[in-house]
Amino acid sequence: MTAPEKSATRIETQDLSVHFEDRSALNAIDLSLSPGEIVALVGPNGAGKSTLMRVLAGMLPPSHGRVLVDGQASHGPNACIIYVPQRSAVDWTFPIDVTEVVLLARRKARSRLLPYGGADREAALRVLTSVGMEPFAHVQISRLSGGQQQRVFLARALLQNGDVYLLDEPFTGVDVPTQDVVVEVLRELASRGKTIVFATHDLHQAFTSSNRVILLNRTIIADGPTSEVATDANLRATFGGTSSMFDLVDLMNGTAQR
Amino acid sequence: MSWFTQHSEHTFMQNAFMASILVGLICGVIGVFVVLKGLAFMGDALSHAIFPGIVIAYLLGANYLIGAMVAAILVSVLIGFASSHTHINNDSAIGVFFVGAFALGIALISTQRTYSRDLTSFLVGSILGVSRDDLYLTAAVGAIVLLIVALTRRELTSIAFDPVFSQADGINVRLYEQLFFIILSLAIVISLQTVGNILVLALLVTPATTARLLTDRLVTMIGLSALLGGLSGLLGLYFSYHFSIASGASIVLVATAFFLIAYVFAPQTGVLTQYVRRRMHYAHPERDVFPDM
Repeated sequence: MTAPEKSATRIETQDLSVHFEDRSALNAIDLSLSPGEIVALVGPNGAGKSTLMRVLAGMLPPSHGRVLVDGQASHGPNACIIYVPQRSAVDWTFPIDVTEVVLLARRKARSRLLPYGGADREAALRVLTSVGMEPFAHVQISRLSGGQQQRVFLARALLQNGDVYLLDEPFTGVDVPTQDVVVEVLRELASRGKTIVFATHDLHQAFTSSNRVILLNRTIIADGPTSEVATDANLRATFGGTSSMFDLVDLMNGTAQR
Repeated sequence: MSWFTQHSEHTFMQNAFMASILVGLICGVIGVFVVLKGLAFMGDALSHAIFPGIVIAYLLGANYLIGAMVAAILVSVLIGFASSHTHINNDSAIGVFFVGAFALGIALISTQRTYSRDLTSFLVGSILGVSRDDLYLTAAVGAIVLLIVALTRRELTSIAFDPVFSQADGINVRLYEQLFFIILSLAIVISLQTVGNILVLALLVTPATTARLLTDRLVTMIGLSALLGGLSGLLGLYFSYHFSIASGASIVLVATAFFLIAYVFAPQTGVLTQYVRRRMHYAHPERDVFPDM
């Protein structure tokens, strides 16, 4: 990258709650995300991880409280906040190839009267290269493995070029090389002052790849530097009593390797 | 081409051929998005739900296109509202409104003395009644539909492939879906004279589904679907004339025949093709004539 980028988008939430009908999905969420952070959003299924990300991305209006982007109340999607959906949200038999998926990110940059040009294709190839997917540029998406699908999504997000990246379960069902590529790309983004939040229910991945962990189960159980949050009491509070022994063993192995 | 010139001595036959080809082509294009978005049932619902709008316009002596448009917008908004209710899923909402609206249309038209003849012409079309003016209207509306598809192609593709991403990327998904339903109803309305209310779904779904069997590329799929739709219109009307069968049914049967041929013989996805490929591979793996990719 050439000149240092001026990108310091700060996101905050104030007393944020989300209700679906009579069910409470998120309750009293106060958090502040700063540039350069890699935040793991951890919790069991149904903890509200996706809901929180969708609220942060401006896709879901909170029932109570508000989201502030650089101090301004946010209403609706914001071009500097990039949301990377779960792979399962998409029909992978759709007749589209890898480059065309990535080019969806260029929609806003091009007049609807003109077709995509060489510059767009070069940009697409550049982001595909950064996730190791350039040999697959013209492959139909139904032929991709889960890990390759995740890399294509990541490449598309890179081409959107935002300041804040919200990734929903980027490590679920993907191979180890892909996990490494994703972590590498996220670290590179953070080093350039981007803010990263990824949701996961994989404790190992959460604790090895982040520098801040938010434990979530409808409300924030713990929030802080990764090394401080990983206490047995916190994990029990988040996941319930039964799961934490296994998870802790996993966790120790993970930190030992690092 | 001699049979064509022979038939085209009659203006009404020329109009009928032009209308069938145009309608097949336009429905072929928009049908691609109907198929990819899994909206076949919605297409069926819309075609039935706009029926009362057409009947009311007809009873008032107004332009049937306007009546159909109003009805289509009303129904798609109502379906949206009903399906946002927790105890009603989308399919049920569509089902309730489409049969209800269709019944309303039949009730209205049954008040007329010429009831059965009018009803029949709405339900199965009346291709030989296509006037030069009807043809111009079909072409104009078709051009508008194709223009809107061309201008919103990126949004339509993005929403059909990845609705969650599209919403986060700032696309007003609801707005584009409403717009899509409006152009879909326009395509349905201009098809009514040619194939009628009951069979129009086939023009929306069959050529696009056939095209999907033949290609993995969206652009190619749209082109093929338009071609198959137009060809079904042309050949269908030709068979209709020669074998004295109802034009709408004939057009749809040709489209269905194309589908069956592709289903069996398509180069990659055909049932027979895959069977042969497996047999050849097991017998002589070294002679695999269909290498992957």
